[in-house]
Amino acid sequence: MLSTEPHSGEIPSTAPASAKAGSGRLSPHLAWLEAQSIHIIREVAAEFRKPVMLYSIGKDSAVMLHLARKAFFPSKPPFPLLHVDTTWKFREMIAFRDAMAAHYDWELLVHVNEEGLRRGVSPFASGSAVHTQVMKTEALKQALDAGGFDAAFGGARRDEEKSRAKERVFSHRTASHAWDPRNQRPELWHLYNTQIAKGESMRVFPLSNWTERDVWHYIAAENIPVVPLYFAAERPVVERDGALIMVDDERFPLRPGEQPQLRTVRFRTLGCYPLTGAIPSQAQTLEDVIAELDSSSVSERQGRVIDHDGGASMERKKREGYF
Amino acid sequence: MSAVPAMPQAESSTAGHPSSGDGARGLLRFLTCGSVDDGKSTLIGRLLYETSAVYDDQLTALADDSRRVGTTGGDIDFALLVDGLEAEREQGITIDVAYRYFSTARRSFIVADTPGHEQYTRNMATGASNADLAILLIDARKGLLTQTRRHSVIVSLLGIRHVVLAINKIDLVGFDEKRFNDIVADYRVFAEKLGFLGIEAIPLSARFGDNISTPSISTPWYKGPTLLGHLETIDVREAGDDGPFRFPVQCVNRPNLDFRGFSGTVAGGRVRVGDAVVAAGSGKTSQVARIVTFDGDRPEARSGDAVTLVLEDEIDAPRGEVFAATKHRPIVATRLAARLVWMADEMLVPGRSYNLKIGTRVVPATVRAIRHYLDVETLAEVPVVSLGLNAIGLVEIETLVPVAFDPYAENNQTGAFILIDRFNNATVAAGMVAQPLGATNVYRHGFDVDRAARAAIKHQRPLVLWFTGLPGSGKSTIANLVEAKLNALGRHTMTLDGDSLRQGLNADLGFDPPSRTENIRRVGEVARLMTEAGLVVLCAFVSPFRADRDRLRERFAPDEFVEIFVDAPPDLCAERDPKGLYAQAKEGKIAAFTGIGQEYEPPLKPDLHLDASLPDPEALANQVVEKVETLLLGAELSAETSAGL
Repeated sequence: MLSTEPHSGEIPSTAPASAKAGSGRLSPHLAWLEAQSIHIIREVAAEFRKPVMLYSIGKDSAVMLHLARKAFFPSKPPFPLLHVDTTWKFREMIAFRDAMAAHYDWELLVHVNEEGLRRGVSPFASGSAVHTQVMKTEALKQALDAGGFDAAFGGARRDEEKSRAKERVFSHRTASHAWDPRNQRPELWHLYNTQIAKGESMRVFPLSNWTERDVWHYIAAENIPVVPLYFAAERPVVERDGALIMVDDERFPLRPGEQPQLRTVRFRTLGCYPLTGAIPSQAQTLEDVIAELDSSSVSERQGRVIDHDGGASMERKKREGYF
Repeated sequence: MSAVPAMPQAESSTAGHPSSGDGARGLLRFLTCGSVDDGKSTLIGRLLYETSAVYDDQLTALADDSRRVGTTGGDIDFALLVDGLEAEREQGITIDVAYRYFSTARRSFIVADTPGHEQYTRNMATGASNADLAILLIDARKGLLTQTRRHSVIVSLLGIRHVVLAINKIDLVGFDEKRFNDIVADYRVFAEKLGFLGIEAIPLSARFGDNISTPSISTPWYKGPTLLGHLETIDVREAGDDGPFRFPVQCVNRPNLDFRGFSGTVAGGRVRVGDAVVAAGSGKTSQVARIVTFDGDRPEARSGDAVTLVLEDEIDAPRGEVFAATKHRPIVATRLAARLVWMADEMLVPGRSYNLKIGTRVVPATVRAIRHYLDVETLAEVPVVSLGLNAIGLVEIETLVPVAFDPYAENNQTGAFILIDRFNNATVAAGMVAQPLGATNVYRHGFDVDRAARAAIKHQRPLVLWFTGLPGSGKSTIANLVEAKLNALGRHTMTLDGDSLRQGLNADLGFDPPSRTENIRRVGEVARLMTEAGLVVLCAFVSPFRADRDRLRERFAPDEFVEIFVDAPPDLCAERDPKGLYAQAKEGKIAAFTGIGQEYEPPLKPDLHLDASLPDPEALANQVVEKVETLLLGAELSAETSAGL
């Protein structure tokens, strides 16, 4: 199911503006990263027949969308956005997604794996591994096939996870969307080999060289709107297996004796709400978030339940077609 | 040569943030090279750890991994932090290029971690192509190895001018000053010819942290900087960084009739509003009217900036065109000499056609000749006829249409290219332009109009369709039908058949085996001349000997000779006997008639196998035409891609 979402409403007030935000002056390092990303995005638009930009609604996506707008100014980006909706995203994410697409007047495609939905796949009923496989990986393949897209932008960064560190900026996928880490094309200088056979596709990662800190510093410098869930607020959570899980809607099956507690928390990464751990935090502004990041001693993916499915689980998921 | 792209203003707006890494020095990109056991991964893991780029949960996972698969006997094995993929973790070696990120208060760093064993030269070249500095690891116990020399040469070829000689495992030689000094002296002698601007030698223990970020108390004799101290402060920019202005057009930006801009990344020098620029390919000139960005117009753009140029005049400049300073133009030519790092399993053999990507331009190109292979251990230049995986050589390349470029030594962006296989789309080589092969070259005249140019105006590429089979199998009948169909499709063709050649060119030849061989050789040479003319040549010859046909194939490019086996049983051929030859042979009137008295050796792997026992030459001819059109269409598609849009 591919559908174009109707435009709805105004952009929600998000990043509480701070005194320094949006000063517009990028450090040499951020200016270098920005220019490199813009170059990559333009290469894709120039060389592929039908590209699409994956929109995951998180902070990295926010930066990627911003860069795409810069790349083609004064034209609009010549490709649609695609959100693979597992139906378990935070409600605030969905509202933000629709508001951003409307605000930028950017075509938004939303895809749900209806077959998975019919089979009743969910993080609670099926566990995180099956849910991710069916509602994210399989759903993504369905959406790419249905749209006939030959290139898909993703916001992944090499610093996120070890197996990502070796992936190319232009990552070749077979007609069945498989990734072969042993048979990657060498990537020299800024010369990206964009040639593919019929039916094959390319995943492209314009933020490959960005770190989590770069992303936040850039969001602050450019005053980019992000989902309010990144900032601390009182939210209803329960503690499960050491993680703080937000009770975002009535589908959350509370265990006997479990009672949602209102705690001041925020999220460092965003995904399906039952699979995303919150962190206790008082960081209410971008500057607070950056300060907290600088003093943090745990990695951003620590809050992601799916990454803990085994030492090399990300590599395995990627070979199967996960982003 | 631009090492770190010059960046506009704003030196330290975030200075004071302990980990923003945006000090005055900006970004440093470096690669690490060493042999399998030199401790390279351990060094990178150690750098990440000492710059707090490793979080607690990662350390916990690391401690866990170290106990399970580590090689340090219970201590934390820093190498496991960076050896990412499952397969290599199991083998204990790094198999690919991995990128790592860390920063200090003074600088941000991107590390390209490249493997040490020799079959992976391509990965090292890949890492080096985007690096400003190289760390060469040397095991203090082993000293200089073949690998160290090999890596140094590759690093130098890719244009890196700053190296750090990291003499690791110094603890295992008792922190011996003399051992350190001997290795450094050896290296300096070896590296004299490699053109490095700076060689910094540092005694280290990656495992225990000596001289990584704090001076080691075990090496009181060493007065130089720590590794991190050196990386934080070294200035890798060069005086000639700015060079003449270069701007390969990525795409034309035209949101409406009132705006026409050229988007791209400045690949050399700088440009200001009002500057005169030339489109190198077309030679048309104009002035820069505006430099447009999302954040407003700018007065100037420098190397590395992604901008959109608006010109005073309406000139046509598609993707692939290069804007340049009018007074310092790039070379525009079809022939050039270049250093190649060959990256494919399949050997490079001169004559084959590839797609060449330089800047934002893709054009068909042919490696015309290999001048020599570079022995990276002895620096000897050895004449060869082919290059294998990981070989480095100097070659002559010819592009189908003129392209703009600079020598790599003058600009490592407009002087770099890759070669792409036109059939499997693999990146098969990295190239660095040495110099153009211009009017002074003696071969120049012969290349003015060549086979590619002749074929191009016919919108096809030359092919030889070689029909082989018993007399009476239907070769001529089918060839005749094929030519008619190709002619109707607008293909330029020519048919060679045995009877007509034997009446003229080959009138002196008989039918004994040596004469048959000579007959086929001459036919092959005539067919070759016709492919030079750009034609699709149909040849219908019994050509009974496999060796003769194999020799023929060698005279053509790999995808140019199409062997078609017209396969009909001998009885059927004799029954058809269109020329009455079988009847005469049976009567003994023809000696050495193939099928009777002389053997026919069928092809083992024909490109097309026609079952000619069926009485439907029309269908067989269609099979041939389909094959031909697939081959020609493949070439057309590549040519379209190469047109840039």
